[in-house]
Amino acid sequence: MSAAAAIIADTASPAVDNVPLAELDPARPDRFRSETWQPVFERLRREDPVHLSENGEFGRYWSITKYNDIMAIDTDHKSFSSEPGITLVRTADQQQGSPFQGMSMFIAMDPPKHDIQRKIVTPAVSPMNLQLLEPIIRERAAKILDDLPVGEEIDWVDKVSMELTAMTLATLFGMPQEDRRKLTYWSDVVTAVPGQGLVDTREQKLEIFSEYHAYFTRLWNERVNAEPTGDLISMLAHDPATRDMPPLEYFGNVILLTVGGNDTTRNTITGSVYALNRNPDEYRKLRADPGLIPSMVSETIRWQTPLAHMKRRATRDVEFRGKQIREGDTVAMWYVSGNRDDEVIDRPDEYIVDRARPRQHISFGFGIHRCVGNRLAELQLRVIWEEIMKRFPEIVVVDEPKRVYSSFVKGYESMRVVIPRRN
Amino acid sequence: MGHVTYLAHDGRAYEVELEDGLSVMEGAVRNGIPGIDADCGGMCACATCHVHVADEWRAAVGNPGEQEDELLELAPERDDASRLSCQIVMSPQLDGLVVHMPESQH
Ligand code: HEM
Repeated sequence: MSAAAAIIADTASPAVDNVPLAELDPARPDRFRSETWQPVFERLRREDPVHLSENGEFGRYWSITKYNDIMAIDTDHKSFSSEPGITLVRTADQQQGSPFQGMSMFIAMDPPKHDIQRKIVTPAVSPMNLQLLEPIIRERAAKILDDLPVGEEIDWVDKVSMELTAMTLATLFGMPQEDRRKLTYWSDVVTAVPGQGLVDTREQKLEIFSEYHAYFTRLWNERVNAEPTGDLISMLAHDPATRDMPPLEYFGNVILLTVGGNDTTRNTITGSVYALNRNPDEYRKLRADPGLIPSMVSETIRWQTPLAHMKRRATRDVEFRGKQIREGDTVAMWYVSGNRDDEVIDRPDEYIVDRARPRQHISFGFGIHRCVGNRLAELQLRVIWEEIMKRFPEIVVVDEPKRVYSSFVKGYESMRVVIPRRN
Repeated sequence: MGHVTYLAHDGRAYEVELEDGLSVMEGAVRNGIPGIDADCGGMCACATCHVHVADEWRAAVGNPGEQEDELLELAPERDDASRLSCQIVMSPQLDGLVVHMPESQH
Protein backbone atom coordinates (compact mmCIF):
# COMPACT_ATOMS: atom_id res chain seq x y z
CA MET A 1 0.00 0.00 0.00
CA SER A 2 1.29 3.49 -0.76
CA ALA A 3 1.80 5.82 2.19
CA ALA A 4 -1.08 8.02 0.99
CA ALA A 5 -3.45 5.09 0.67
CA ALA A 6 -2.41 3.90 4.11
CA ILE A 7 -3.24 7.27 5.62
CA ILE A 8 -6.67 7.27 4.00
CA ALA A 9 -7.38 3.71 5.13
CA ASP A 10 -6.15 4.58 8.59
CA THR A 11 -8.38 7.67 8.88
CA ALA A 12 -11.73 5.94 9.15
CA SER A 13 -11.45 5.15 12.82
CA PRO A 14 -13.67 2.04 13.10
CA ALA A 15 -11.52 0.64 10.32
CA VAL A 16 -8.33 0.92 12.35
CA ASP A 17 -8.53 -2.83 12.86
CA ASN A 18 -8.27 -3.42 9.11
CA VAL A 19 -5.12 -1.38 8.58
CA PRO A 20 -1.99 -3.53 8.31
CA LEU A 21 -0.16 -3.23 11.62
CA ALA A 22 3.00 -1.97 9.97
CA GLU A 23 1.11 1.05 8.63
CA LEU A 24 -0.24 2.16 12.01
CA ASP A 25 1.29 5.50 12.94
CA PRO A 26 0.05 6.44 16.41
CA ALA A 27 1.81 9.82 16.39
CA ARG A 28 -0.49 11.30 13.74
CA PRO A 29 -1.68 14.59 15.27
CA ASP A 30 -5.03 14.67 13.46
CA ARG A 31 -6.39 11.84 15.61
CA PHE A 32 -5.72 13.91 18.71
CA ARG A 33 -7.60 16.88 17.31
CA SER A 34 -10.55 14.68 16.35
CA GLU A 35 -10.36 12.61 19.57
CA THR A 36 -10.12 9.34 17.62
CA TRP A 37 -6.76 8.18 18.99
CA GLN A 38 -8.26 5.51 21.29
CA PRO A 39 -8.81 2.60 18.83
CA VAL A 40 -5.25 2.84 17.56
CA PHE A 41 -3.71 2.47 20.99
CA GLU A 42 -6.25 -0.14 22.03
CA ARG A 43 -5.16 -2.26 19.10
CA LEU A 44 -1.46 -1.72 19.74
CA ARG A 45 -1.79 -2.69 23.40
CA ARG A 46 -3.59 -5.83 22.33
CA GLU A 47 -1.62 -6.91 19.26
CA ASP A 48 1.72 -5.14 19.19
CA PRO A 49 2.60 -3.38 22.46
CA VAL A 50 6.13 -2.58 21.26
CA HIS A 51 5.41 -1.29 17.78
CA LEU A 52 7.65 -0.02 15.00
CA SER A 53 6.42 2.67 12.59
CA GLU A 54 8.63 3.55 9.66
CA ASN A 55 6.73 5.31 6.91
CA GLY A 56 4.81 8.14 8.50
CA GLU A 57 5.57 11.83 8.89
CA PHE A 58 7.59 11.12 12.05
CA GLY A 59 9.85 8.59 10.36
CA ARG A 60 11.11 5.51 12.16
CA TYR A 61 10.19 5.18 15.83
CA TRP A 62 9.07 2.58 18.36
CA SER A 63 5.83 2.97 20.29
CA ILE A 64 5.57 1.62 23.83
CA THR A 65 1.92 1.40 24.83
CA LYS A 66 1.58 -0.72 28.01
CA TYR A 67 1.79 0.86 31.46
CA ASN A 68 4.48 -1.40 32.90
CA ASP A 69 6.60 -1.31 29.74
CA ILE A 70 6.55 2.49 29.79
CA MET A 71 7.63 2.43 33.41
CA ALA A 72 10.47 0.05 32.57
CA ILE A 73 11.81 2.34 29.82
CA ASP A 74 11.27 5.55 31.80
CA THR A 75 13.32 4.19 34.72
CA ASP A 76 16.14 2.87 32.52
CA HIS A 77 17.78 6.16 31.63
CA LYS A 78 21.09 4.45 30.92
CA SER A 79 19.69 2.51 27.97
CA PHE A 80 17.18 5.20 26.98
CA SER A 81 18.58 8.71 26.84
CA SER A 82 16.63 11.98 26.91
CA GLU A 83 19.20 13.73 24.73
CA PRO A 84 18.88 15.57 22.44
CA GLY A 85 15.12 16.01 22.80
CA ILE A 86 12.00 14.54 24.39
CA THR A 87 9.31 14.91 21.71
CA LEU A 88 8.82 13.13 18.40
CA VAL A 89 9.73 15.45 15.53
CA ARG A 90 8.41 15.30 11.96
CA THR A 91 11.03 14.18 9.50
CA ALA A 92 10.45 17.44 7.62
CA ASP A 93 11.24 19.47 10.76
CA GLN A 94 14.20 17.44 11.92
CA GLN A 95 16.71 19.93 10.55
CA GLN A 96 15.14 22.54 12.73
CA GLY A 97 14.96 20.28 15.75
CA SER A 98 12.46 19.91 18.54
CA PRO A 99 11.51 23.01 20.50
CA PHE A 100 13.41 21.62 23.47
CA GLN A 101 16.58 20.94 21.55
CA GLY A 102 19.85 22.72 22.21
CA MET A 103 18.36 25.01 24.81
CA SER A 104 20.07 23.47 27.74
CA MET A 105 17.05 22.20 29.60
CA PHE A 106 17.41 19.45 32.13
CA ILE A 107 14.33 17.61 30.87
CA ALA A 108 16.44 16.83 27.78
CA MET A 109 19.65 15.99 29.68
CA ASP A 110 21.02 12.79 31.15
CA PRO A 111 22.83 12.46 34.48
CA PRO A 112 24.95 13.87 35.93
CA LYS A 113 24.02 17.28 34.45
CA HIS A 114 20.32 16.60 34.73
CA ASP A 115 20.53 15.87 38.45
CA ILE A 116 22.50 18.99 39.27
CA GLN A 117 20.12 21.29 37.41
CA ARG A 118 16.96 19.65 38.64
CA LYS A 119 18.09 20.00 42.24
CA ILE A 120 18.39 23.73 41.73
CA VAL A 121 14.73 24.30 40.88
CA THR A 122 13.21 21.60 43.10
CA PRO A 123 12.97 23.76 46.26
CA ALA A 124 10.86 26.35 44.41
CA VAL A 125 8.13 23.78 43.73
CA SER A 126 8.59 21.59 46.80
CA PRO A 127 5.53 21.00 48.99
CA MET A 128 7.06 23.23 51.68
CA ASN A 129 7.32 26.21 49.37
CA LEU A 130 3.88 25.51 47.94
CA GLN A 131 2.34 26.02 51.37
CA LEU A 132 3.47 29.63 51.09
CA LEU A 133 2.12 29.91 47.57
CA GLU A 134 -1.29 28.43 48.27
CA PRO A 135 -2.98 31.50 49.79
CA ILE A 136 -1.76 33.64 46.88
CA ILE A 137 -3.05 31.17 44.29
CA ARG A 138 -6.35 30.99 46.16
CA GLU A 139 -6.78 34.74 46.16
CA ARG A 140 -6.07 34.89 42.42
CA ALA A 141 -8.39 31.98 41.67
CA ALA A 142 -11.16 33.67 43.65
CA LYS A 143 -10.71 36.91 41.71
CA ILE A 144 -10.81 35.13 38.34
CA LEU A 145 -14.03 33.34 39.27
CA ASP A 146 -15.67 36.41 40.82
CA ASP A 147 -15.11 38.33 37.58
CA LEU A 148 -16.87 35.73 35.40
CA PRO A 149 -20.27 36.72 33.97
CA VAL A 150 -23.30 34.58 34.77
CA GLY A 151 -25.67 33.37 32.05
CA GLU A 152 -23.31 34.28 29.22
CA GLU A 153 -21.16 32.10 26.99
CA ILE A 154 -17.45 32.38 27.75
CA ASP A 155 -14.30 30.61 26.60
CA TRP A 156 -13.19 28.71 29.71
CA VAL A 157 -9.69 28.17 28.31
CA ASP A 158 -9.02 31.87 27.91
CA LYS A 159 -10.93 33.21 30.90
CA VAL A 160 -9.95 30.68 33.54
CA SER A 161 -7.40 28.00 32.61
CA MET A 162 -4.87 30.32 30.98
CA GLU A 163 -5.39 33.08 33.52
CA LEU A 164 -4.80 30.89 36.55
CA THR A 165 -1.70 29.13 35.22
CA ALA A 166 -0.21 32.39 33.96
CA MET A 167 -0.80 34.08 37.32
CA THR A 168 0.78 31.17 39.17
CA LEU A 169 3.87 31.15 37.00
CA ALA A 170 4.23 34.91 37.24
CA THR A 171 4.08 34.52 41.02
CA LEU A 172 6.63 31.72 41.00
CA PHE A 173 9.00 33.88 38.94
CA GLY A 174 8.25 37.03 40.95
CA MET A 175 7.09 38.90 37.83
CA PRO A 176 4.60 41.77 37.89
CA GLN A 177 1.13 40.29 37.38
CA GLU A 178 0.33 42.56 34.45
CA ASP A 179 3.04 40.76 32.47
CA ARG A 180 1.53 37.33 33.07
CA ARG A 181 0.08 36.83 29.61
CA LYS A 182 3.52 37.41 28.11
CA LEU A 183 4.39 34.06 29.66
CA THR A 184 1.48 32.36 27.95
CA TYR A 185 2.51 33.93 24.67
CA TRP A 186 6.18 33.01 25.00
CA SER A 187 5.27 29.49 26.00
CA ASP A 188 3.12 29.15 22.89
CA VAL A 189 5.91 30.54 20.72
CA VAL A 190 8.39 27.99 22.10
CA THR A 191 6.21 25.10 20.95
CA ALA A 192 4.94 26.80 17.77
CA VAL A 193 5.92 25.38 14.40
CA PRO A 194 6.74 28.28 12.00
CA GLY A 195 4.11 28.58 9.30
CA GLN A 196 1.37 26.94 11.42
CA GLY A 197 -0.31 30.08 12.73
CA LEU A 198 1.39 31.82 15.62
CA VAL A 199 4.73 32.56 13.92
CA ASP A 200 5.49 32.61 10.21
CA THR A 201 9.22 32.08 10.09
CA ARG A 202 12.08 30.82 12.15
CA GLU A 203 13.58 34.34 12.16
CA GLN A 204 10.41 35.75 13.65
CA LYS A 205 10.48 33.05 16.30
CA LEU A 206 14.07 33.93 17.20
CA GLU A 207 13.16 37.60 17.41
CA ILE A 208 10.42 36.87 19.92
CA PHE A 209 12.86 34.66 21.78
CA SER A 210 15.27 37.52 22.18
CA GLU A 211 12.55 39.66 23.79
CA TYR A 212 11.77 36.78 26.14
CA HIS A 213 15.46 36.41 26.91
CA ALA A 214 15.97 40.13 27.51
CA TYR A 215 13.00 40.20 29.88
CA PHE A 216 14.40 37.43 32.06
CA THR A 217 17.93 38.81 31.94
CA ARG A 218 16.58 42.05 33.33
CA LEU A 219 14.66 40.17 36.04
CA TRP A 220 17.86 38.34 37.03
CA ASN A 221 19.85 41.56 37.19
CA GLU A 222 17.24 43.19 39.40
CA ARG A 223 17.21 40.22 41.77
CA VAL A 224 21.00 39.87 41.98
CA ASN A 225 21.26 43.43 43.21
CA ALA A 226 18.45 43.18 45.76
CA GLU A 227 17.85 41.30 48.99
CA PRO A 228 16.48 37.74 48.46
CA THR A 229 12.74 37.88 47.80
CA GLY A 230 11.86 34.17 47.90
CA ASP A 231 10.75 33.83 44.28
CA LEU A 232 12.43 31.42 41.91
CA ILE A 233 14.55 33.98 40.05
CA SER A 234 15.78 35.45 43.31
CA MET A 235 16.63 31.96 44.57
CA LEU A 236 18.65 31.24 41.45
CA ALA A 237 20.40 34.60 41.55
CA HIS A 238 21.44 34.20 45.20
CA ASP A 239 22.05 30.48 45.73
CA PRO A 240 25.78 29.73 45.75
CA ALA A 241 25.10 26.68 43.58
CA THR A 242 23.44 28.71 40.83
CA ARG A 243 24.43 32.35 41.01
CA ASP A 244 27.31 31.75 38.59
CA MET A 245 25.40 29.55 36.15
CA PRO A 246 25.90 30.34 32.47
CA PRO A 247 23.18 32.70 31.19
CA LEU A 248 21.94 30.20 28.63
CA GLU A 249 21.48 27.56 31.27
CA TYR A 250 19.50 29.99 33.37
CA PHE A 251 17.33 30.87 30.41
CA GLY A 252 16.91 27.18 29.53
CA ASN A 253 15.49 26.56 32.99
CA VAL A 254 13.16 29.52 32.67
CA ILE A 255 11.83 28.17 29.36
CA LEU A 256 11.41 24.69 30.76
CA LEU A 257 9.39 25.93 33.72
CA THR A 258 7.34 28.25 31.50
CA VAL A 259 6.42 25.54 29.02
CA GLY A 260 6.23 22.70 31.55
CA GLY A 261 3.93 24.64 33.83
CA ASN A 262 1.67 26.22 31.24
CA ASP A 263 -0.12 23.93 28.78
CA THR A 264 -0.19 20.90 31.03
CA THR A 265 -1.95 22.53 33.95
CA ARG A 266 -4.13 24.66 31.69
CA ASN A 267 -5.40 21.60 29.83
CA THR A 268 -6.08 19.72 33.04
CA ILE A 269 -8.22 22.60 34.33
CA THR A 270 -10.20 22.61 31.09
CA GLY A 271 -10.30 18.81 31.01
CA SER A 272 -11.79 18.64 34.50
CA VAL A 273 -14.78 20.79 33.52
CA TYR A 274 -15.23 18.82 30.30
CA ALA A 275 -14.98 15.38 31.95
CA LEU A 276 -17.42 16.29 34.71
CA ASN A 277 -19.90 17.48 32.09
CA ARG A 278 -19.56 14.29 30.11
CA ASN A 279 -20.08 12.28 33.31
CA PRO A 280 -22.93 13.99 35.20
CA ASP A 281 -23.12 11.25 37.83
CA GLU A 282 -19.50 11.92 38.72
CA TYR A 283 -20.19 15.67 38.89
CA ARG A 284 -23.06 14.89 41.27
CA LYS A 285 -20.78 12.77 43.47
CA LEU A 286 -18.29 15.61 43.64
CA ARG A 287 -20.91 18.18 44.54
CA ALA A 288 -22.26 15.90 47.27
CA ASP A 289 -18.77 15.44 48.72
CA PRO A 290 -16.20 18.18 47.99
CA GLY A 291 -13.76 16.03 49.97
CA LEU A 292 -13.38 14.14 46.68
CA ILE A 293 -11.63 17.09 45.02
CA PRO A 294 -8.04 15.76 45.43
CA SER A 295 -9.09 12.39 44.08
CA MET A 296 -10.99 14.01 41.18
CA VAL A 297 -7.86 16.05 40.40
CA SER A 298 -5.67 12.94 40.10
CA GLU A 299 -8.34 11.17 38.07
CA THR A 300 -8.51 14.12 35.67
CA ILE A 301 -4.73 14.14 35.27
CA ARG A 302 -4.89 10.45 34.38
CA TRP A 303 -7.91 10.73 32.11
CA GLN A 304 -6.62 13.82 30.32
CA THR A 305 -2.93 12.80 30.10
CA PRO A 306 -1.80 16.37 29.25
CA LEU A 307 1.43 15.13 27.66
CA ALA A 308 0.62 12.22 25.37
CA HIS A 309 4.18 10.98 25.05
CA MET A 310 7.85 11.48 25.88
CA LYS A 311 10.64 10.42 23.56
CA ARG A 312 13.87 8.57 24.28
CA ARG A 313 16.89 7.47 22.21
CA ALA A 314 18.35 3.98 22.69
CA THR A 315 22.01 4.20 23.73
CA ARG A 316 22.66 0.53 22.93
CA ASP A 317 20.99 -2.44 21.24
CA VAL A 318 18.23 -3.61 23.56
CA GLU A 319 15.98 -6.61 23.30
CA PHE A 320 12.67 -5.47 24.72
CA ARG A 321 9.61 -7.76 24.93
CA GLY A 322 10.98 -9.80 22.07
CA LYS A 323 11.73 -6.83 19.79
CA GLN A 324 15.17 -5.69 18.74
CA ILE A 325 15.57 -2.01 19.49
CA ARG A 326 18.80 -0.80 17.90
CA GLU A 327 21.27 1.72 19.24
CA GLY A 328 20.17 5.18 18.11
CA ASP A 329 16.51 4.21 17.64
CA THR A 330 13.78 6.60 18.68
CA VAL A 331 11.36 5.31 21.30
CA ALA A 332 8.04 6.98 22.19
CA MET A 333 6.53 6.17 25.58
CA TRP A 334 2.79 6.73 25.12
CA TYR A 335 1.55 7.83 28.52
CA VAL A 336 -1.86 8.39 26.96
CA SER A 337 -2.03 4.66 26.26
CA GLY A 338 -0.48 3.49 29.54
CA ASN A 339 -3.27 5.33 31.34
CA ARG A 340 -5.83 3.22 29.42
CA ASP A 341 -4.14 -0.12 30.13
CA ASP A 342 -6.72 -2.37 31.82
CA GLU A 343 -4.04 -4.70 33.14
CA VAL A 344 -3.08 -1.98 35.58
CA ILE A 345 -6.05 0.37 35.79
CA ASP A 346 -9.55 -0.82 36.52
CA ARG A 347 -12.14 0.32 33.90
CA PRO A 348 -9.58 2.70 32.40
CA ASP A 349 -11.86 4.32 29.83
CA GLU A 350 -14.23 5.50 32.50
CA TYR A 351 -13.87 8.74 34.41
CA ILE A 352 -14.41 7.90 38.09
CA VAL A 353 -13.81 10.61 40.70
CA ASP A 354 -13.64 8.23 43.67
CA ARG A 355 -11.24 5.54 42.45
CA ALA A 356 -9.52 3.35 45.03
CA ARG A 357 -6.04 4.48 43.96
CA PRO A 358 -6.41 7.70 41.97
CA ARG A 359 -2.70 8.57 42.14
CA GLN A 360 -1.85 5.43 40.22
CA HIS A 361 -1.40 6.95 36.77
CA ILE A 362 1.50 7.58 34.44
CA SER A 363 0.81 11.20 33.39
CA PHE A 364 3.78 12.56 35.36
CA GLY A 365 6.16 9.89 34.07
CA PHE A 366 8.43 7.86 36.33
CA GLY A 367 12.13 7.67 37.10
CA ILE A 368 14.58 10.54 37.35
CA HIS A 369 12.64 12.85 35.02
CA ARG A 370 9.33 12.39 36.83
CA CYS A 371 7.53 15.72 36.74
CA VAL A 372 9.04 18.11 39.28
CA GLY A 373 5.99 20.40 39.08
CA ASN A 374 3.42 17.70 39.91
CA ARG A 375 2.52 19.11 43.32
CA LEU A 376 2.17 22.61 41.94
CA ALA A 377 -0.15 21.32 39.23
CA GLU A 378 -2.26 19.42 41.76
CA LEU A 379 -2.36 22.43 44.04
CA GLN A 380 -3.73 24.73 41.32
CA LEU A 381 -6.38 22.21 40.36
CA ARG A 382 -7.45 21.62 43.95
CA VAL A 383 -7.64 25.31 44.78
CA ILE A 384 -9.58 26.32 41.67
CA TRP A 385 -12.13 23.57 42.32
CA GLU A 386 -12.50 24.46 45.99
CA GLU A 387 -13.24 28.01 44.90
CA ILE A 388 -15.53 26.94 42.02
CA MET A 389 -17.66 24.85 44.36
CA LYS A 390 -18.04 27.73 46.81
CA ARG A 391 -19.48 29.85 44.01
CA PHE A 392 -21.13 27.89 41.22
CA PRO A 393 -23.54 24.98 41.49
CA GLU A 394 -22.67 24.06 37.93
CA ILE A 395 -20.57 24.92 34.88
CA VAL A 396 -22.21 23.83 31.63
CA VAL A 397 -20.11 22.99 28.58
CA VAL A 398 -22.00 24.35 25.56
CA ASP A 399 -20.43 22.32 22.75
CA GLU A 400 -17.45 20.15 21.92
CA PRO A 401 -14.16 21.93 22.71
CA LYS A 402 -11.62 22.62 20.00
CA ARG A 403 -8.67 20.31 20.58
CA VAL A 404 -4.98 20.94 19.94
CA TYR A 405 -3.47 19.52 16.73
CA SER A 406 -0.61 17.67 18.40
CA SER A 407 0.41 14.22 19.55
CA PHE A 408 2.54 15.75 22.30
CA VAL A 409 0.46 18.44 24.04
CA LYS A 410 -2.94 16.86 24.53
CA GLY A 411 -5.38 19.62 25.23
CA TYR A 412 -7.86 22.28 24.24
CA GLU A 413 -7.63 25.51 22.28
CA SER A 414 -11.02 26.70 23.40
CA MET A 415 -14.12 25.49 25.20
CA ARG A 416 -17.35 27.45 25.46
CA VAL A 417 -19.22 27.20 28.74
CA VAL A 418 -22.07 28.91 30.55
CA ILE A 419 -22.37 29.40 34.27
CA PRO A 420 -26.13 29.36 34.84
CA ARG A 421 -26.12 30.92 38.34
CA ARG A 422 -24.17 31.57 41.50
CA ASN A 423 -24.70 29.75 44.79
CA MET B 1 5.55 -10.86 61.39
CA GLY B 2 7.46 -7.83 62.59
CA HIS B 3 6.54 -4.62 64.36
CA VAL B 4 7.00 -1.26 62.60
CA THR B 5 6.57 2.19 64.11
CA TYR B 6 5.92 5.06 61.67
CA LEU B 7 6.59 8.44 63.24
CA ALA B 8 4.77 11.17 61.36
CA HIS B 9 6.13 14.67 60.97
CA ASP B 10 3.46 16.04 63.30
CA GLY B 11 4.70 13.73 66.08
CA ARG B 12 1.98 11.10 65.79
CA ALA B 13 3.04 7.45 65.95
CA TYR B 14 1.45 4.61 63.98
CA GLU B 15 2.11 0.98 64.92
CA VAL B 16 1.78 -1.87 62.44
CA GLU B 17 2.35 -5.62 62.54
CA LEU B 18 3.82 -6.40 59.14
CA GLU B 19 4.04 -9.82 57.54
CA ASP B 20 7.53 -10.95 56.51
CA GLY B 21 8.06 -10.30 52.80
CA LEU B 22 5.87 -7.20 52.67
CA SER B 23 7.45 -3.79 52.31
CA VAL B 24 7.31 -0.98 54.82
CA MET B 25 5.49 1.04 52.14
CA GLU B 26 2.80 -1.65 51.88
CA GLY B 27 2.46 -1.66 55.67
CA ALA B 28 1.61 2.04 55.55
CA VAL B 29 -0.69 1.94 52.54
CA ARG B 30 -2.67 -1.11 53.67
CA ASN B 31 -3.24 0.41 57.09
CA GLY B 32 -4.20 3.83 55.79
CA ILE B 33 -1.28 5.61 57.43
CA PRO B 34 -1.11 9.12 55.96
CA GLY B 35 2.14 10.49 54.60
CA ILE B 36 3.18 7.69 52.23
CA ASP B 37 1.79 8.21 48.71
CA ALA B 38 3.52 5.38 46.80
CA ASP B 39 2.44 6.72 43.42
CA CYS B 40 4.30 4.06 41.43
CA GLY B 41 2.92 1.20 43.50
CA GLY B 42 6.24 -0.08 44.81
CA MET B 43 8.26 -0.35 41.60
CA CYS B 44 11.09 1.90 42.79
CA ALA B 45 10.11 4.37 40.06
CA CYS B 46 9.22 7.53 41.99
CA ALA B 47 10.13 8.95 45.38
CA THR B 48 6.79 9.28 47.12
CA CYS B 49 7.29 6.66 49.85
CA HIS B 50 10.36 8.36 51.27
CA VAL B 51 11.22 7.67 54.94
CA HIS B 52 14.13 8.37 57.27
CA VAL B 53 15.28 5.23 59.07
CA ALA B 54 15.84 5.73 62.82
CA ASP B 55 19.58 5.79 63.65
CA GLU B 56 19.61 2.54 65.63
CA TRP B 57 18.06 0.70 62.64
CA ARG B 58 20.21 2.04 59.85
CA ALA B 59 22.79 -0.75 59.92
CA ALA B 60 20.13 -3.48 59.86
CA VAL B 61 18.19 -1.82 57.03
CA GLY B 62 21.26 -1.09 54.94
CA ASN B 63 21.91 1.38 52.13
CA PRO B 64 19.76 2.18 49.11
CA GLY B 65 20.41 0.43 45.80
CA GLU B 66 21.60 2.37 42.77
CA GLN B 67 18.22 3.15 41.19
CA GLU B 68 16.72 3.92 44.60
CA ASP B 69 19.59 6.27 45.33
CA GLU B 70 18.97 8.22 42.12
CA LEU B 71 15.30 8.59 42.93
CA LEU B 72 16.01 9.67 46.50
CA GLU B 73 18.02 12.50 44.99
CA LEU B 74 14.69 13.88 43.76
CA ALA B 75 13.36 14.19 47.31
CA PRO B 76 13.81 17.63 48.85
CA GLU B 77 14.29 16.29 52.40
CA ARG B 78 16.83 13.63 51.55
CA ASP B 79 19.54 12.85 54.11
CA ASP B 80 21.89 9.97 55.03
CA ALA B 81 19.06 8.03 56.69
CA SER B 82 16.75 8.27 53.64
CA ARG B 83 15.27 5.15 52.06
CA LEU B 84 12.31 4.42 49.83
CA SER B 85 10.03 2.37 52.04
CA CYS B 86 8.93 0.16 49.12
CA GLN B 87 12.49 -1.17 49.10
CA ILE B 88 12.57 -2.12 52.80
CA VAL B 89 11.15 -5.62 53.15
CA MET B 90 10.09 -7.00 56.51
CA SER B 91 12.16 -9.88 57.90
CA PRO B 92 12.86 -11.22 61.41
CA GLN B 93 15.94 -8.95 61.62
CA LEU B 94 13.76 -5.87 61.24
CA ASP B 95 11.18 -6.66 63.94
CA GLY B 96 10.81 -3.42 65.93
CA LEU B 97 11.83 -1.11 63.08
CA VAL B 98 11.25 2.63 63.50
CA VAL B 99 10.98 5.04 60.55
CA HIS B 100 10.36 8.79 60.45
CA MET B 101 8.18 10.23 57.71
CA PRO B 102 9.15 13.48 56.01
CA GLU B 103 6.90 16.54 56.11
CA SER B 104 5.66 15.73 52.60
CA GLN B 105 6.27 13.54 49.58
CA HIS B 106 7.31 15.13 46.29
C1 HEM C 1 -0.89 18.22 35.14
C2 HEM C 1 0.18 18.90 34.88
C3 HEM C 1 1.50 18.32 34.43
C4 HEM C 1 1.77 17.16 33.75
C5 HEM C 1 0.79 16.10 33.27
C6 HEM C 1 3.21 17.11 33.56
C7 HEM C 1 3.87 16.07 32.93
C8 HEM C 1 5.23 15.92 32.89
C9 HEM C 1 5.92 14.79 32.31
C10 HEM C 1 5.25 13.61 31.62
C11 HEM C 1 7.25 14.98 32.48
C12 HEM C 1 8.38 14.05 32.02
C13 HEM C 1 8.43 12.81 32.85
C14 HEM C 1 9.37 11.76 32.36
O1 HEM C 1 10.10 11.97 31.37
O2 HEM C 1 9.40 10.69 32.99
C15 HEM C 1 7.41 16.24 33.16
C16 HEM C 1 8.62 16.79 33.51
C17 HEM C 1 8.76 18.08 33.99
N1 HEM C 1 7.74 18.94 34.37
FE1 HEM C 1 5.77 18.53 34.34
N2 HEM C 1 3.77 18.22 34.12
C18 HEM C 1 2.78 18.99 34.67
C19 HEM C 1 2.93 20.19 35.34
C20 HEM C 1 4.13 20.84 35.52
C21 HEM C 1 4.29 22.12 36.17
C22 HEM C 1 3.19 22.94 36.80
C23 HEM C 1 5.63 22.42 36.10
C24 HEM C 1 6.42 23.61 36.57
C25 HEM C 1 6.13 24.50 37.34
C26 HEM C 1 6.29 21.32 35.43
C27 HEM C 1 7.64 21.25 35.20
C28 HEM C 1 8.31 20.13 34.75
C29 HEM C 1 9.75 20.03 34.64
C30 HEM C 1 10.75 21.13 35.00
C31 HEM C 1 10.03 18.74 34.16
C32 HEM C 1 11.40 18.12 33.89
C33 HEM C 1 11.79 17.19 35.01
C34 HEM C 1 13.08 16.44 34.76
O3 HEM C 1 13.50 16.28 33.61
O4 HEM C 1 13.71 16.00 35.75
N3 HEM C 1 5.35 20.38 35.11
N4 HEM C 1 6.16 16.80 33.41
